[in-house]
Amino acid sequence: MGLTKRNSTGPASGIFGGSPVIGEFADQPRHCTPGHPATVVIVAYLDAASAEPLHPAARAALLGALEDGWADPARLYREGRRAGIMLDQARQRVAVVLGCRPDELHFAGSGTQAVHLAVLGTVAAHRRPGRGPGHMTASAVEHSSVLHAARYCEQEGARTTIVGVDQQGRVDAAEFAAALIPTAPAAREHAGPPERPGRTVLACLQSANPEVGTIQPVEDVARACRSESVPLLVDAAASAGRLAIPPGWSLLTASAHKWGGPAGIGVLAVRKGTRWRSPLPYDEREGGKVPGYPNVPAAVAAAAALEAMDTERLTRETALRALTDRIRIRIPDVVPDSVVYGDPVQRLTHIVTFCCLYVNGEALVTELDRAGFGVSSGSACTADTLRPSHVLEAMGVVTHGNVRVSLPSATTEDTIEHFLAVLPGIVAGLRGNTHPAVSA
Amino acid sequence: MSTQRQPATVTPALTVDALGRKCPIPIIMLAEQIRAVPVGALIAVLADDPAARTDVPAWCGMKSQEFVVEQELPRGWAFVVRRCY
Repeated sequence: MGLTKRNSTGPASGIFGGSPVIGEFADQPRHCTPGHPATVVIVAYLDAASAEPLHPAARAALLGALEDGWADPARLYREGRRAGIMLDQARQRVAVVLGCRPDELHFAGSGTQAVHLAVLGTVAAHRRPGRGPGHMTASAVEHSSVLHAARYCEQEGARTTIVGVDQQGRVDAAEFAAALIPTAPAAREHAGPPERPGRTVLACLQSANPEVGTIQPVEDVARACRSESVPLLVDAAASAGRLAIPPGWSLLTASAHKWGGPAGIGVLAVRKGTRWRSPLPYDEREGGKVPGYPNVPAAVAAAAALEAMDTERLTRETALRALTDRIRIRIPDVVPDSVVYGDPVQRLTHIVTFCCLYVNGEALVTELDRAGFGVSSGSACTADTLRPSHVLEAMGVVTHGNVRVSLPSATTEDTIEHFLAVLPGIVAGLRGNTHPAVSA
Repeated sequence: MSTQRQPATVTPALTVDALGRKCPIPIIMLAEQIRAVPVGALIAVLADDPAARTDVPAWCGMKSQEFVVEQELPRGWAFVVRRCY
């Protein structure tokens, strides 16, 4: 027993700063106050794909904006003008990083709200009496907000084609293009309520998959969409601030808490010339795109975080790729009957997902939490349902016993080494508990 | 997962009943019991956790066993696997 200081690297930026925190105890849940000395463990938050810890630049910006940016940005008096300027500046800064015009960018309450508005608003804009119901094309591994929005539109008569993925979770651009229904001249002449399928009014493809990190062929799909005049929604929640946004989108959505911004702020960008009509009652805020009083301090903090993430991109991506490569290479060696998912190269550098056969994913998450590691299992969106992860299902890989490790920017080598040191014992313990026969 | 239709009748040498068990239990039972059938023979796993529809074929792929067919049952499915080694 006794205090074993295993790690002391990295700035002490707090429990959610991604740096190891010393002084918690192996036999205690992470959030309990330690009662007696025991082995000190590294406590590491490794679920940046769910939420990147608030960037220090965002924290400073948020505090400043709470002081100065609380007033109604639509008002003409001094406090209102000040908030209005802060909101416009935030919009400008986010637009620069995401590659659009400021007047194309709208702040939303979350990434999910942005996706819902993007999908419903595009489908609503193409609805015409006498024309067949609109058609949508989406990959099978889209975020649940996209798939649920598509299902919602189906209840209103729209139809959806879901495009499958390969074992690494990537759609085939040609297959995706083939699932688009263009406006054929014949279809136009015979337009009418009949059974003739409506043309594709919206294609949805994520920039990268949040569950396994695989990057999608957005540029190729965007080219196909352009030639068929189909608007493309790119859900960039997993990659914004980490990868350059591929060109060619008509609508873009993202979420600030995934790039180190605060919770409660998302973005919806709609290219000029893209047909879009609010599916909700009219409201003049955010260019008529997102109703309600905007969260100016959160927008300011989101802009600060995105700019900082973008500036630090090269150094961060190199460091994180080395760490996730290390996990990808070592897992199959240190854990028998394990397999690493996703594209080994064309992927988000902060995410690595693997499967430990014969183990319950939730039990694995619980045990890793006890050992000081916060990781996620399955899709964050489906883990609470009885169905397996729709992403892993679409990939045709084993859906149980999976762990997604996603590294905050400040993750250190020591943290990863410690993770790789404790994981095998935890997996062996879980296998031994349930079924000694296969654990051997 | 595509459901193949098997023209011939499939008669497994052993049937493992994992109905009512959540994944990974059906996979664990399959992994434990496959050695109980001779190489080349069939083993069937009965399961009603929808995750098994992905996990049984994926496990076969990982372990180089042959996934033969998925058959729908009144409750759940029968997954038939051929032991290859």
